[in-house]
Amino acid sequence: MPKIMKKKYLINIIAVAVVFLILCLLFDTGLLGRKAAYFNGLVTIGMFYTIIVCSLNLLTGYMGEFSLGHAGFMSIGAYASAIATTIISDHVQLSSIALYLIAIIIGGLAAAIIGVLVGIPALRLSGDYLCIVTVAVAEIVRVVLSNVGIKPITGNATFGKSFAGIARVSDYHYVYITMVICIAIMYCYIRSRYGRALISIREDRIAAAASGINVTRTKVLTFTISAAFAGVAGAIYAHYITTLVPTYFNFSKSSEFLAIVILGGSGSMTGSIIAAPILSALPQLISYVFPDFASYRMLIYAVVLVVVMIFKPTGLFGGKEFSLPDLILDGKRKKKEKVS
Amino acid sequence: MAEENVPVLETKSLGIQFGGLKAVNDVNIEIYKGELIGLIGPNGAGKTTIFNLITGIYAPTTGSYMLCGKRMNGLKTHQVVDEGIARTFQNIRLFKKMTVLDNVKVAFNKNMKANLFQSIIRTPYFWKEEEETTQKAMELLKLFNLEGFADQYAENLPYGKQRLLEIARALATDMKLLLLDEPAAGMNPVETAELKESIKMLREKFGIPILLIEHDMSLVMSICERIYVLNFGEILASGTPEEIAANKDVIEAYLGKEDEDEGGDD
Repeated sequence: MPKIMKKKYLINIIAVAVVFLILCLLFDTGLLGRKAAYFNGLVTIGMFYTIIVCSLNLLTGYMGEFSLGHAGFMSIGAYASAIATTIISDHVQLSSIALYLIAIIIGGLAAAIIGVLVGIPALRLSGDYLCIVTVAVAEIVRVVLSNVGIKPITGNATFGKSFAGIARVSDYHYVYITMVICIAIMYCYIRSRYGRALISIREDRIAAAASGINVTRTKVLTFTISAAFAGVAGAIYAHYITTLVPTYFNFSKSSEFLAIVILGGSGSMTGSIIAAPILSALPQLISYVFPDFASYRMLIYAVVLVVVMIFKPTGLFGGKEFSLPDLILDGKRKKKEKVS
Repeated sequence: MAEENVPVLETKSLGIQFGGLKAVNDVNIEIYKGELIGLIGPNGAGKTTIFNLITGIYAPTTGSYMLCGKRMNGLKTHQVVDEGIARTFQNIRLFKKMTVLDNVKVAFNKNMKANLFQSIIRTPYFWKEEEETTQKAMELLKLFNLEGFADQYAENLPYGKQRLLEIARALATDMKLLLLDEPAAGMNPVETAELKESIKMLREKFGIPILLIEHDMSLVMSICERIYVLNFGEILASGTPEEIAANKDVIEAYLGKEDEDEGGDD
């Protein structure tokens, strides 16, 4: 590992820890008083939004394919993890962290499996056609979940349809760490030879193949990773809200995720990380002040999207990344140059 | 010595039919070690189609082609590259929004071994391999005097440099045969001269056989050892540049037949 990278990692880890401590300070010390729970909720929702928006950015920004079905993968992760933890906690008493870990792993795996199954046939298509297929997959999942309920042999819960009584284990401490790890994995993926291959496919599929890149395999792999993280986000959602309703994961949810990716800047993880929490919390915060706002939310999104597309078509960050270590280290270097 | 006689590339009555149109028909080409072969012909003769057949973009409807004696029919493009055929494109196809260095590093991908886990955890092996690949890519860029552009987006290179970068990227795949599709198209005389030097340098340094499609006759005539002439999808003539330049059929294909009526007036 180059020496400069060690420094950069250290700065990043410190930054992540500082944000974590600030969150702890806000929510654990009673600084916010009675409103702590409310803001805690906003932050937790913002964090799973960040995971799913980053995972969608992997497809939209780096693979260059639109998916309007990410809510579908999220619902698979949510239901799979909820069913698993409900069954498990019927039989054994587990600590909340163990239950949480099981939930995100099962959620991620389930969504990844569906991702592979959908990806292998669907990724022969590209562009508009692939987009339509992802819409169809999400709708199929939603309709199936709306209509099929399974009653397990033991216990008395019905799975599928509306589903209540899920253990509330998505504590914001865990969710924050999960989010950081998920983003780090996706970021490292993009900055590896796999990511390079992926971006080359976005730029020119034929030239990528002529440079020895296995286009289909790279696309399916990325689609699977993206689906897996959508599943993780779904698992976090299920174990935070504790009640699942299939209609929550509808088409407008998928398009909301896509809108956030584009607003933040497709091809920029930083854009997604900043846009996701703000845009997920903004409607809540505004409707806190103006109670009628919630019903106009999608309208506002549409207007904002149109405005951004006109004035900054590449989104807020436009494919660029912000790096705190670079900022600090470059600043230091410039100071040194000035001195000498 | 038997191995020496196996052609690097051999096509046996290779052909493809689009509906009723025989775009390429009964093409036999042989390329031996270290040769620089020209493929010329009027526009629409099927030259690029032959490249697309050889690189697995199209599947031939008749005939077959062999790389060093190994049958290559039915392989996908990336598998063809794995076997050792690299190409450039008539209309430049670079990865525009990637840096010049990354453009070349993409082509090294097939020889990189770091698996998904190693890449995400960033093990020492990952760093070592990245470092080595960067070095190899920089060496290639140096050959084409592109090292100063390494951190720029490929789309910001001047036209002639983009062509050279495409060749550098093709070389990075570590191939046995290089296909160049009109590398001099759209170049000014200075850039063409630079290209000619680069091709000569490639042959001296790597000794790889090259199949060259080109419309710039002075370039083809001056560097190719043998030339195949393609017309309406079929090989019209083949031979040394001198033979081709003197071949009546070839002149006819390019310039048209001498008017018979005029001939009658004599």
